[in-house]
Amino acid sequence: MSTTEILLLVCLLAPLSGAGLLLILGRSLPKAVAAVFGVSFIAISFIAALLLFMQTSAESAAFKINLFTWFSAGKLNVDMAFRYDQLTALFLLVITGIGSLIHLYSAGYMHEDEGHNRFFGYLNFFVFFMIMLVTGANMVVMFAGWEGVGLCSYLLIGFWYKNNDYNLAARKAFVMNRIGDLGLLAGLFMLVNKYNTFDFEALQNAVAGVQTGDAYLTTATACLFIGAMGKSAQIPLFTWLPDAMAGPTPVSALIHAATMVTAGIYLVVRTHFLFSLTPATLDFILYIGLATALFAATIGLRQNDIKKVLAYSTVSQLGFMFIALGTGAFATGFFHVFTHAFFKALLFLGAGSVIHALHHEQDMRFMGGLKKKLPLTWITFLIGTIAIAGLPPFAGFFSKDEILAHLYAKNPMLWGVALLGSLLTAFYMFRLYYLVFHGTYRGDSHSASHIHESPWTMTMPLAILALCSIVAGLIGIPAVFSEHGHWLNHFLGKLIPVHHPHGISHATELTLMGVSVTAVLVMVAIAFRVYGQGKVVPVSAEEETNPFFRLLADKYRIDELYHFLFVAPFNAISQFFGKLIDAQVIDGIVNAMGSLAMTLSGMLRLLHNGRIGTYLLAMTVGVILVLAYNLIF
Amino acid sequence: MQELLQNVRLVPIEHYIWLSSLLFCIGVMGVLLRRNTIVMFMSIELMLNAVNLLFVAFSAYANKPEGEVFVFFVMVVAAAEVAVGLGLLVMIYRNQNTTDSEALQTLKW
Repeated sequence: MSTTEILLLVCLLAPLSGAGLLLILGRSLPKAVAAVFGVSFIAISFIAALLLFMQTSAESAAFKINLFTWFSAGKLNVDMAFRYDQLTALFLLVITGIGSLIHLYSAGYMHEDEGHNRFFGYLNFFVFFMIMLVTGANMVVMFAGWEGVGLCSYLLIGFWYKNNDYNLAARKAFVMNRIGDLGLLAGLFMLVNKYNTFDFEALQNAVAGVQTGDAYLTTATACLFIGAMGKSAQIPLFTWLPDAMAGPTPVSALIHAATMVTAGIYLVVRTHFLFSLTPATLDFILYIGLATALFAATIGLRQNDIKKVLAYSTVSQLGFMFIALGTGAFATGFFHVFTHAFFKALLFLGAGSVIHALHHEQDMRFMGGLKKKLPLTWITFLIGTIAIAGLPPFAGFFSKDEILAHLYAKNPMLWGVALLGSLLTAFYMFRLYYLVFHGTYRGDSHSASHIHESPWTMTMPLAILALCSIVAGLIGIPAVFSEHGHWLNHFLGKLIPVHHPHGISHATELTLMGVSVTAVLVMVAIAFRVYGQGKVVPVSAEEETNPFFRLLADKYRIDELYHFLFVAPFNAISQFFGKLIDAQVIDGIVNAMGSLAMTLSGMLRLLHNGRIGTYLLAMTVGVILVLAYNLIF
Repeated sequence: MQELLQNVRLVPIEHYIWLSSLLFCIGVMGVLLRRNTIVMFMSIELMLNAVNLLFVAFSAYANKPEGEVFVFFVMVVAAAEVAVGLGLLVMIYRNQNTTDSEALQTLKW
């Protein structure tokens, strides 16, 4: 085994050993030891990923480790194989890098929690599955990772299992993801049925001769995308993500913002050779992404829970990533995954720091004026907000602008819609920022004196992520500014054919940038005017008078709609079968059998009267009858 | 021996059949109608011997020894059965102070 292969295995197995150690011995370990273990195993993984990355250049060939044959049936052979290429390299850096920071942060955030050790165990386990997902050399290994992260997501959303609402949220996430997974499985089966392989590389070779727009492949990719929809919270399967905020905040940052929810994008990018052959599916992705981006952004305008705003923002940003994929700009989609991971993790961790300081208060109506009390959180959060709003030269600007440019090249009308979505993003993020950090403190005065900045374990990750949020965009400087500045496209070039937004000149691109930046600044100004002074305090959903805002605050009542469309009929059918079919018909048949036997035996037992004469007579008559029967027939 | 067989054959086979059938039916009736268990036993013996008679008659007419051999087996089994049956009867008498089969009605339902 070469060094690189060993490094990849270390990267994969370190979190697994950490998880095993913490979940088996967790109860007996002191918290400090468990935290050190939890953080260091991910850090080992990160170092391995970093060493691997440093040996990787745009030209290096992908390599594959085949551990053993997982199963084989007929012509189908599935290996437990892992693959490392440029895309994996970057994903590994994001997962383990942000993973380590969030583990460190959790050491501070979860310090007083009784489930502290279990938490680290689950978190390590999650990182293992996530690495498995992005390193799997075939779809089955990827799918195992895919389900594994779903499991860990479920465990961590319902981490505080004594609160039943949280358990319900966890269950909702699990069920919604299963719906998507059904699509994914259908897609996988369709592919293996026709091409007889799960291996990405073999699949790429197998579809080489397929015509663009092939109907079979279009259906298969649409099914794959349904899987991505579930995992990456797209319309109509997005409702689980806001509810997933029931989990501890580091979980929201790691799983429900930076890594797991981007698995859907990873899937599409990894199988881009299929999707590029099916323009119909790409269009479908584009419109779903666009709808989600806009829809979630409008809901974000009227949410009062700090984490809910960030959750809808994540849904909306995932929509943007799918817009990029829908235009066929796979590398751009990944670019936004990359930048978004930093600033959204930063925003979540910042929100966590605020929640920690306010003793688990999440309602923004009772925050305000925290700028002075939490200076480090404030400055990092501001950086994150600017980054997501898309102001240059922060990370979000580059990736979002690239998406918008690709979209403009495809259809200027759609560009307008997406721009609106990104402006709404800027507005609700600055609304959040002003409500939390500006104005005066709106909680009760007793708790005001207890507010304090978080410990270094929490602020250090914030600082590092803030730094990354500033510079991460520089890996993809558009050609307008520098001809060979787009390092990311160059790096992924061998793997993913990069296409530049053709058809638009540099002047147009600059104009687009100017328009979007100006509009974002206008949005920030409006947000400042409305919420900046701390005079306007949002009301709760029940007190909302404007019917449209009420609808937004109620999240368009999508949950109620789903309840009406799916849950209620399902319950009605269950009631029907449970109360009527089962209780009456099935039980009726079983009970009738029983009472029939009882009645008959009640009558027949009278024959058994104890007189020898009767028995003898019965026997004799019986024998005679048998003989008579034999004689006659 | 042959002379004996000759003598047996002097009576037509139908007569043997009628006689043993009659004896068998008397035995069956005895078992069914009498309530004294000792008499019931005797009736069973009667049925067995009716069958034995038929065996011997058929054996003589067919000029084959198997039927006679079989009679010996029947006798052995009958003797064994009587030994057990009389043992049972003694126990019943000791417990019930009677050999009337109507007294044995407790084992029911």
